[in-house]
Amino acid sequence: MPEIALNVLDVAQNSIRAQASLIQITVEVNQPADMVKIIIEDDGCGMTKEQIERVEDPFYTTRTTRKIGLGVSFFKMAAISTGGSFSIESEPGKGTVVTAVFGLSHIDRMPLGDIGGVMHTLITFNTQIDFVFTYIFDGRSFTLDTRQFKEILEGVPLDTPEVSQYIREFLDENKTETDGGTVI
Amino acid sequence: MTAAKRRLYYQLGGIIMKSLAELKAIRDRMQGQVNMNGEDGNKIRVLVGLATCGIASGARPVLTALADKVNEKQLDNVTVTQTGCIGLCQYEPIVEIYEPGKEKVTYIKMTPEKAEEVVEQHLIRGRVLTQYTLNETKL
Repeated sequence: MPEIALNVLDVAQNSIRAQASLIQITVEVNQPADMVKIIIEDDGCGMTKEQIERVEDPFYTTRTTRKIGLGVSFFKMAAISTGGSFSIESEPGKGTVVTAVFGLSHIDRMPLGDIGGVMHTLITFNTQIDFVFTYIFDGRSFTLDTRQFKEILEGVPLDTPEVSQYIREFLDENKTETDGGTVI
Repeated sequence: MTAAKRRLYYQLGGIIMKSLAELKAIRDRMQGQVNMNGEDGNKIRVLVGLATCGIASGARPVLTALADKVNEKQLDNVTVTQTGCIGLCQYEPIVEIYEPGKEKVTYIKMTPEKAEEVVEQHLIRGRVLTQYTLNETKL
């Protein structure tokens, strides 16, 4: 996984498989604190204590196709190796919160990557799920809430080409306005 | 920025944000026009594996290329969707094509360029690009 954004896409798939109806993704870049924080929060089926203990183990998965699951392990390793931290909180029936903190200036930190593109993919290929994406850069921020979009659209689907294009522009333009085009 | 365009943006803490006014305009244009049909029986389904193995191998640009090309060519009979791990991680990115009444075609080691070719040749003209399929590979 060469980008943080792709890790977000991968770990969010777990929320989708957990049958979440709302997935909230926050990306916070804080230069004075020298960190990038990623939070992925869902209201899916959640995990038991025993599952949480084992989820960071690459040889643990609930999937039946094979006995290996690398998504969470990759994400954790990427964060920890930059002097950051990683945590999972979960409760059966309530949902799961995954938090990863990266050292912003650490030499081993992978680039943030195309986070707008990843959010666009998640939103337009999972239109039945609501997403709230918040991007914070040194205190400035913007939010995309698909519930608000759906209210305006009155039944016009989010994956209609024109709407899809608008979502892409909304993400890219507002991200650039928020971080001034800084490459992270 | 023109006055008409400026209306679509708003200021927040000194920064200019894209507003939702444009989305309202899109809705007004699309309502009544969008075909919200529920009949998927005759549709061609294109599936892209988007698990850890697929994403790490570059499945996201492939998925985006397929969706963009299908939209560009206005192929209303095609749906592009994501799926989980297909089970052949070493051949990712994998694209599967399900056409009613035909055998499934599995394309392996896809790139955005190959994906566009698949749209042009397979989805539009019905010619399977055998050189990219799993069947052509000596397993």
